[in-house]
Amino acid sequence: MSATTVRELEPPAQPLTPEGGPPASARRRRTPRLLLAGAALVGGLLLLPLGFLILEAAQDGWSTLHPLLFRSLTATLLWNTVSLTVVVTALCAVIGTLAAWFVERTDLPGRRIWAVLVVVPVGIPDFVTSFGWKSIFPSLGGFGGATLVMTLAVYPLVYLPVAACLRSADPAQEEVARSLGLGRLKTFFRVTLAQVRVAVLGGCVLVALVMLAEYGAFEILGFRTFTTEIYTEFLSGFDAPAACALSLVLVVLSVFVLAGEGLSRGRGRQSRAGGLAARVPRPHRLGRARMPVLAGFFALVGLALGVPVGAIVYWMLHGGTSTLPSVSILGAAGHTVFYGAAAGLLATLAALPVAILSVRHPGKSTMLVERSTYLVLAMPGLVIALALTYFSERYAAGFLYQSSAMLIAAYAIMFFPLALVAVRASVAQAPAGLEEVGRSLGRSRLEVLWHLTMPLVAPGLAAAFCLVFLEAVTELTATLVLIPTGAQTLATQFWAFQTNISYGQAAPYAGLMILIAAIPSYVLGRWFDRLPSRAVAA
Amino acid sequence: MIAQERVQVRAAATRSRCLLFLVLGVLGCLLAGCGAGSCSSNSITLYNGQHEQTTDALVTRFEKLTRISVCVRSDDEDVLASQIKAEGPNSPADVVYTENSPALEYLQQNDLLAPVAPSTLAHTPSRYNSPQGDWVGVSARVSVLIYNTRLLTPSRLPTSVMQLADPKWKGKLAFAAGETDFQPIVTSVARTYGDAATLRWLDALKANAGGHIYPDNETITNEVNLGQAAIGVINQYYWYRQRAQVGASGMHSAIAYFAPRDPGYVIDVSGAAVLKSSKHKADAQKLLAFIVSAEGQQIIAHSDSFEYPIASGVKTAQPETPFDKLRPNSIGIAALGDGATAISLLQKAQLL
Repeated sequence: MSATTVRELEPPAQPLTPEGGPPASARRRRTPRLLLAGAALVGGLLLLPLGFLILEAAQDGWSTLHPLLFRSLTATLLWNTVSLTVVVTALCAVIGTLAAWFVERTDLPGRRIWAVLVVVPVGIPDFVTSFGWKSIFPSLGGFGGATLVMTLAVYPLVYLPVAACLRSADPAQEEVARSLGLGRLKTFFRVTLAQVRVAVLGGCVLVALVMLAEYGAFEILGFRTFTTEIYTEFLSGFDAPAACALSLVLVVLSVFVLAGEGLSRGRGRQSRAGGLAARVPRPHRLGRARMPVLAGFFALVGLALGVPVGAIVYWMLHGGTSTLPSVSILGAAGHTVFYGAAAGLLATLAALPVAILSVRHPGKSTMLVERSTYLVLAMPGLVIALALTYFSERYAAGFLYQSSAMLIAAYAIMFFPLALVAVRASVAQAPAGLEEVGRSLGRSRLEVLWHLTMPLVAPGLAAAFCLVFLEAVTELTATLVLIPTGAQTLATQFWAFQTNISYGQAAPYAGLMILIAAIPSYVLGRWFDRLPSRAVAA
Repeated sequence: MIAQERVQVRAAATRSRCLLFLVLGVLGCLLAGCGAGSCSSNSITLYNGQHEQTTDALVTRFEKLTRISVCVRSDDEDVLASQIKAEGPNSPADVVYTENSPALEYLQQNDLLAPVAPSTLAHTPSRYNSPQGDWVGVSARVSVLIYNTRLLTPSRLPTSVMQLADPKWKGKLAFAAGETDFQPIVTSVARTYGDAATLRWLDALKANAGGHIYPDNETITNEVNLGQAAIGVINQYYWYRQRAQVGASGMHSAIAYFAPRDPGYVIDVSGAAVLKSSKHKADAQKLLAFIVSAEGQQIIAHSDSFEYPIASGVKTAQPETPFDKLRPNSIGIAALGDGATAISLLQKAQLL
């Protein structure tokens, strides 16, 4: 049976009511115009960067782009980018899933502590992790170095959804399999993995997209991918054609990632029976495997958390002097928090109409709008900044250019998909029936939205805010172009010191970034903890 | 069940009201303009592609002298040049200050620069100024070899940049193909030996460098110093700056000059210009005049940036080879141009 037929046979995975059934009138209801307009506006804004790339490419013409695209460098970069993305995504899938299973389903000693420690690396910016490794082990680099550092930096993106999924998945299936005589390993592969498959895939997509757009970590490790090359082309060419041509290839790559995920997601059935019967499963005994597993956890946390934090502490204590002028770290921290918080709010608000539309009024066009917004995740920050510059200068006489508002808008665009993932998951959880009751009692649509839907999705909104905030706090390349003249963020200042090899001066900025990121990371961890599996899978 | 749900909803409603206050707070803050930079409409805006060490010292003194406030925006010179082009007539920049001449030549060719006051141009020897008089030369530096003193002795060093193509440097060479400082060397080699030979030379460098193609000169300096690579090509001041940061005891590298007139022995000129779109042209011209004045040049001569002052007859105060003792290749500003030839060659060698 082909993938499409299976998908057509299946009832739509979304939305589901707490009782597990599809909502009565989700499809038949007319799509509200206001909602549609809101979602269309957001979708349009998110397509600006792509529009910019196409306009630029069209302006340069095929004869300019052709030699820039079809040369051996493109093939090298394609190989570097794709092979690294595949290897790191696979490693993250294995490490994230195994770690989640050990923490959630076994009698691993210190499970509660590991559950926190394993997640914390998500709050450490990738370029700080690679700075930590590179400053301690200068010979680290190339494919091996990039694989090591990126795997350690991003595996929590798989761990988080899988752990949440395992926590609420029905343990009865495993027990039935075991009682029918299936071995422990076979049960894990046939039953447990099937339960968490969608969560693993969701995590893998995030990992793959992050890998495509990563800049700072690879620049430090000296590994060339499309994104580092786009930046280099731009840095050394003044003109943008080569950078734009490479960016378009990156967009195509991310379309493949998204399409691949969509296909593989549709190919299986969601293996969930019953309602919210999340009971605590009896943990598996590790037995003789206990010590090796424990050693594995020590190694993972030591490498992912110990090395970057240790490096920062080391450089703070042993750093030399810098010839760079000193700046106020508190001022930079203030700007960082302000921009990050505003971007978090903006992205979360913008995600609301798109999420409601895609959950409550599913259809081909709404899905297309929703999926297309993910494209920006794979676009380098620099491209998004240039797109905003282009449209502001070309069509609005420089309106808002290099203002706080434009920088915040750029962040909100860049990290919108992250907000959407979280908001969508909570909207999917909120029972549509409740809204209909509200409407039938004579409340207006906006009243229902404000008094019923909003409170129910509030935790998801908080998670969306935190995700965007986390990313915005560490954004670098768009910030350099769009930040108001005279202002600094922790990331720009860290980068200035880091590139000047002033590690001692860079370290406090990295440390403060991690501290600021620790709070939203904790909130996120809690949110994923309480989320039922199907919402994560959404 | 319903009662329980209502309690939950109410609690969540309180939370969402908190969220609303947060939204309003941030929006209010945004409208009030907090979080913005420290620039007013009276100040002039400087797009700074030069090292912040140099610029910071110059601007601080200028502000004290003239009471004109200067807003500094620092980034790579090429990003700034591209940005100015994209900003067009609305550019917020009044002055642009770069590490290398090609970025300024690029802006000049796009008709984005205003003529520099003749009295300002007169401070700098004309061979270091814009041929059209649209930017003024401020300081200079020179391309040199850097080598790890534990891995190499001076007698084994090449005397020409062309010799770095020799297979004996395989796995030992480091260079920064994407760095703007490398382009003038490529242009200079192409002028001497032609495009085809330059391309072969670049291919050989690429093969020799392997994994040691770094993003910038700072990284080359650091990696050669650490012994990750044995030899590299940089501008001299990166080595002096590294020494200033880690102290002489932390240095396990040294610099060496190419043979006189070698195509790899290139003077790079840093310059500054006033933008055509500037709304504060008079103040902007004053900043340019200050930078090339004796006082401005003395700041450069004593600063941690280790650049050579080239205007008003000022000489470097740092313990480095005096500028007039250098024996560089004769390639000039006009021949270096906007670097388009170099970029095209680097792209053909798949280095860009």
